[in-house]
Amino acid sequence: MKLMEAFRIAIKALNANKVRSALTMLGVIIGVAAVILLVSIGTGVQSQVTGQISGLGSNLLFAFPGSFEGGGGGGPGGGITKQFNTDDVEYVQRRIGAQGTVIPTLQAPAQLRVGNRTKGTTLGGTDQNGDASAGSLESGRWLTRGEVVGASRVAVIGSEVRDEFYPGQEPIGRKLDINGQPFKIIGMLAKKGGSLGGSQDNTVYIPITTAQTMLSTRDISAMLVKVADVDSIQVVKAQVERALQPRFGDQFTVFTQEQTLGILSTLLGTLTAMLAGLASISLLVGGIGIMNIMLVSVSERTREIGIRKAVGARTYDILSQFVIEAVMLSVIGGLMGILIGAGGALALQPWVPAEVTPWAVVLAFVFSAVVGVFFGVYPAYRASRLDPIEALRYE
Amino acid sequence: MTDAATRPQDSEAPDATSPACLDDAVLEARSVTKSYILDEIEVSALRGVDLQVCRGEMLAIMGPSGSGKSTLMHIVGLLDHPTSGTVTIDGVDVSNMDANQLAAVRNKRIGFVFQSFNLLARTTAQSNVELPLIYAGVSGSERARRAREALERVGLGNRLGHMPNQLSGGQQQRVAIARALVTEPSIVLADEPTGNLDSRSGVEVMAMLQELNAQGITVVVVTHDAHIARHAQRVAHVQDGRIVLNECVTDRIMADIEKITLDAEADTATAASNVSVNRGAAR
Repeated sequence: MKLMEAFRIAIKALNANKVRSALTMLGVIIGVAAVILLVSIGTGVQSQVTGQISGLGSNLLFAFPGSFEGGGGGGPGGGITKQFNTDDVEYVQRRIGAQGTVIPTLQAPAQLRVGNRTKGTTLGGTDQNGDASAGSLESGRWLTRGEVVGASRVAVIGSEVRDEFYPGQEPIGRKLDINGQPFKIIGMLAKKGGSLGGSQDNTVYIPITTAQTMLSTRDISAMLVKVADVDSIQVVKAQVERALQPRFGDQFTVFTQEQTLGILSTLLGTLTAMLAGLASISLLVGGIGIMNIMLVSVSERTREIGIRKAVGARTYDILSQFVIEAVMLSVIGGLMGILIGAGGALALQPWVPAEVTPWAVVLAFVFSAVVGVFFGVYPAYRASRLDPIEALRYE
Repeated sequence: MTDAATRPQDSEAPDATSPACLDDAVLEARSVTKSYILDEIEVSALRGVDLQVCRGEMLAIMGPSGSGKSTLMHIVGLLDHPTSGTVTIDGVDVSNMDANQLAAVRNKRIGFVFQSFNLLARTTAQSNVELPLIYAGVSGSERARRAREALERVGLGNRLGHMPNQLSGGQQQRVAIARALVTEPSIVLADEPTGNLDSRSGVEVMAMLQELNAQGITVVVVTHDAHIARHAQRVAHVQDGRIVLNECVTDRIMADIEKITLDAEADTATAASNVSVNRGAAR
């Protein structure tokens, strides 16, 4: 019997049991699609977050209150006991001198309003040097030193805020209410896209002094240190640590961008692996589905095998028929799974950073094909070796 | 059939083996035994069977259920292996053949007709008949032509595209006969071919087998039914795993004539019932 003939028989058999074939394929489709989709999301988030952080430049130091090292002699739970304030910023700046610029940041949720439209956002208080962390401007300008010192009511907005209040219009010079107080828009940031934590374009930057006044505090959330010479970053880091030590003990943390990247990469890599693991379970279940259907199909069709053998089918003829059936099921299912998984990942991109990962596609496809063929071949092999009379007698 | 007078072979073959075929046996079984292990007890289905089927004859293998007649058919049809003994098809000993070689012999030289038809479900009559040709490596167009021819031969030329479940039992059995014929085998083995059919369809199937035999095809019918066996030229009686008697059928039933009688009876019956209905209505 020729191979073409075997293909014809297999297609006919799959066609004769459309619902069963479709259900078997569904297991593979879901498994493959889930692996590709979840790994895409994991990888996408990982590369986006690391991309953002490395985009900030390798000359940045981050100082946070609270110990991130765990129970290494710190307070119980390493919680935040004392916040940084404006004095600390000035003190650190004095200690490092011209080696770097200290930028205070203060983050808080806020309510925006224009006319009768409102929107919740993340408010970022910073100073004239704060654009180092905020990203590039699309139009207008950044905060000036004068505005920071004078606690002016001016705001640099993210693109999503513009889309909400002034869609398709130039927002510079327009009004915006933040927590009920009027502000003037002086600049707009370029679009950055989403991340798992929500949109990064839904932000408003205002002078840190203004933010402190609005929140009635002198505290800040964190300090950024822009180091003048990248090569001296470790020296500056040590100086910042020494400056903060007397007041905060070990209840603070200073990261270089490199360290931050390393920690986040490890964290997100683990997340991706976890997602892949979860998705693999569904792939395995899909594989077991194929095995189940193939076992049922072979025993259900033992009589057919008997008839075929009685009229002259050789072992090879029977085997190739079932192998081709199993391969077609898992390969077609695998291809559809790839389409759905990759398509889904692309469709999610406006909301979630998803990157279709070639290794996930290959892994999912190869796994489904191997499982399908193996579990399809084994029952067929057994059936093909039956005596024709045993197969014919099978009820 | 009913008395000992119809045993002309007895004097020549007192050991109740088959008659000699003048060196032209299609099928020959020698000292064939078959035993199974059933619940740790050895059961002998065949205890040394010698059988010769001559070219062109129509033979019935007859016996009660459990006599081993079906086992015998499966062994001479190469669907099952004997425990000991040899089977020869067209002069070739098949004892040492492997599964694939046996499949080739079945494909080329043997046609099967089963009690339960054994057609592939959801497959057209034509595709069912083409099945042996696929494994014989016959090309598509040639296959279709020969399948159509075979179906025409059994009177189903107008049912090529029908699925088995769209055909009556008798028609399904005729499709099975067409499938058995399509490879032009040396011998057709029919196992209780009328077992699942009403008497009218059964007669039609027997008529078909007799007609094929008249055209020169060797036919073996396995049956428990003495009436069916009398359609053959010769009957081999199987009992307790042995052939106990070979007899020539002197009062052979020709199914064609039987068909006419059956039709006449049916007509009378219909007429009678019509009369009674009329009477009932008149009353």
